[in-house]
Amino acid sequence: MIVAEISWLYGLIGGLMIGCAGAVLLLGTGRVMGASGIIGGLVDGTGRDRGTNAAFLLGLVGMPAMIHLLGWQVDTQATTQLWLLILGGVAVGLGTRFANGCTSGHGVCGISRLSQRGFAATLTYIGAGVLTVTALRLGLGL
Amino acid sequence: MRRVLALLSGALFGAGLHVSGMTDTARVRGFLDFAGAWDPTLAFVMGGAIIPMLIAWRVARTGTPLAGDAFPAPPRHDITRPLIAGSVLFGIGWGLVGLCPGPALASLSYGGWPGLAFLAAMLAGMWTTPPLRRALDRRAPGT
Repeated sequence: MIVAEISWLYGLIGGLMIGCAGAVLLLGTGRVMGASGIIGGLVDGTGRDRGTNAAFLLGLVGMPAMIHLLGWQVDTQATTQLWLLILGGVAVGLGTRFANGCTSGHGVCGISRLSQRGFAATLTYIGAGVLTVTALRLGLGL
Repeated sequence: MRRVLALLSGALFGAGLHVSGMTDTARVRGFLDFAGAWDPTLAFVMGGAIIPMLIAWRVARTGTPLAGDAFPAPPRHDITRPLIAGSVLFGIGWGLVGLCPGPALASLSYGGWPGLAFLAAMLAGMWTTPPLRRALDRRAPGT
């Protein structure tokens, strides 16, 4: 299928949409678009501005659901090994809250404002991710 | 007004994640697979997303948000232990499954039980962080 060959173009277009989403949130509400901060703030009760957070999450869950229903479907191809899902989920939850940001907050929003913390976090989690994927493949064949 | 703008932003974020293929864990893990069949898509997503944000941060240097009191304070530059240790932990989880917080929610409606299991575990991790952080601070203050 054509999609596979020009995935970089879909990546670029989707990326521009993600950047525009961050711009709307920043210029509209003065908030940094960090997914882990918005979710975490609602979960652990530390987040102010709960109505804004909830509205953002509604759009984040609802829009892909609508696109999926309209026929542009994506298979997440996630592992079905429960221990990997649990371990991975807990690590992502703890890690992003300790680091105060994830791919959107430190990656997109941090790097674009030339934040040294954003650069440091992004290099670190990509490095750890590369080592993990490589170790899994070589060690366990996953 | 704030909520309408946040809904719009969330919808655009979700659509961008879906369109770019970032809710496909194979594509994300493919980017992290330097030693294998490397998939560069995520780099294009990151690059594409940074462009509008560069402009937005410039605009945000003066004035106030459309529906808000103030723009964020200037970024901190201190590289702390929680920042690095947390990012290592996040990277490990990201590599194990191929989902980070944004895509985990964007794919909620079609990710099936694996997506739900990951999200539940992620929320549990987030919920545990503040008390864990306080406990660690008591044992080793100032780190």
